[in-house]
Amino acid sequence: MMATTTVPIALAVNGIRHELHVEPRWLLVDVIRETLGLTGTHIGCEHGVCGTCTVLINGETARSCLMLAVGADGANITTVEGLASGDTMHPLQTAFREAQGLQCGFCTPGMLMLAHELLRENPNPSDEEIREAISANLCRCTGYQGIIDAVRLAATSGAAPR
Amino acid sequence: MKPPRFDYVAPKSLDEALTSLAQHGAGAKILAGGQSLIPLLNFRLSHPEILIDINRIADLAYVRVGDNDLAIGALTRQHAVERSDIVKARVPILTEACRFIGHAPIRHRGTIGGNLAHADPASELPAVMLALEAHLDVASKQATRSITADRFFTGPLITSLHPGEIVIGVRIPALPPRTGGAFVEMARRAGDYALVGVAALVTLDGSARCERVRIALCGVGPTPIRATAAEQALTGQVPTAATLDEAATRAAAATNPLSDVHGSAEFRKKLARHFARQAIATALERAEGSR
Repeated sequence: MMATTTVPIALAVNGIRHELHVEPRWLLVDVIRETLGLTGTHIGCEHGVCGTCTVLINGETARSCLMLAVGADGANITTVEGLASGDTMHPLQTAFREAQGLQCGFCTPGMLMLAHELLRENPNPSDEEIREAISANLCRCTGYQGIIDAVRLAATSGAAPR
Repeated sequence: MKPPRFDYVAPKSLDEALTSLAQHGAGAKILAGGQSLIPLLNFRLSHPEILIDINRIADLAYVRVGDNDLAIGALTRQHAVERSDIVKARVPILTEACRFIGHAPIRHRGTIGGNLAHADPASELPAVMLALEAHLDVASKQATRSITADRFFTGPLITSLHPGEIVIGVRIPALPPRTGGAFVEMARRAGDYALVGVAALVTLDGSARCERVRIALCGVGPTPIRATAAEQALTGQVPTAATLDEAATRAAAATNPLSDVHGSAEFRKKLARHFARQAIATALERAEGSR
């Protein structure tokens, strides 16, 4: 039987550097939630289908249930907690509220991270481009239309991602 | 679920990785982008004694133009290939096919070498590499060798890699002038596994005859399938609606799809015929539009 050994890693999460010891088998999403206590990132399917665990790794969306924390050593990570500034919601979050882009909220952190990347790459996406981007993640409540409306609202109200 | 316990190394060089692999043999698994392996670990369908994480081997990630080919390092992310101007200029069919791999968050992590070594028969890149007659370069502690794509994919998730070998890169021979290519795919939703995907490459000669035709399909058999009889229906011909129909029929005849909840084998064969015709017609148009 293999010994349970931990490995030192460093992660910068929402601009704050953390030095941690992790078991190699620990998933990044579990370290974000359990070790760092950042429970805004949700965990759903645990095999890369639902996308609610989506975070930005060095600025690019990735499923944090499909990454080992040890593999993220040295990375800059942005989670949904990194969007708002203090008590002021990010314009995308405001748009999700305005356009009813959520019901139960389970998929919302992943959808926000996808939308954040989409608007950074393409500030004026067509509905088809919004649909393609959010097709990465599952929502079981909204029928997606509210999410599409929210992303379009964020784009047209000039919610340029920071 | 969560991954089982395993030992872990993250070598910084290929040589170190090959040494670890030689030491641990069948108990070792190579971790590249992890987009297929980590789900298998999470489901505990894979129980490696040790994971050899090759993500720190920076010199395995490149897109490089050679004298007669385009070389792509195994660790190159699918997203980097999709965005590469060099790839788009020289092998646009590969750019087109990359967009069908999963979703952007998957392509940011997933690698070219990992995708090919995983050898999922529904995956796009194996079929594209078959049509492009690509060479897969593989290395072990003892030696380096090259395997042509038609000899690499031997079964569902099965390749001709020997124990101790790693895919280190792929080399795509330069396409002749007046070549057009197209990759088309049908999936139930964007990013889903392909019900059928077709890669077609057509090279025209000076008198508008098809000089060289390559057709390969994914999602419709235990491996990616090269449709040589369909290629022969077009080769040497000035393409007409009838020859295109005949080629598409032969492409569908080369498939061996299974029935499942998403469609019967018969339905998939019909899809294969339809999309083969579309891929060939688009490739032809693009060949006509090129120099």
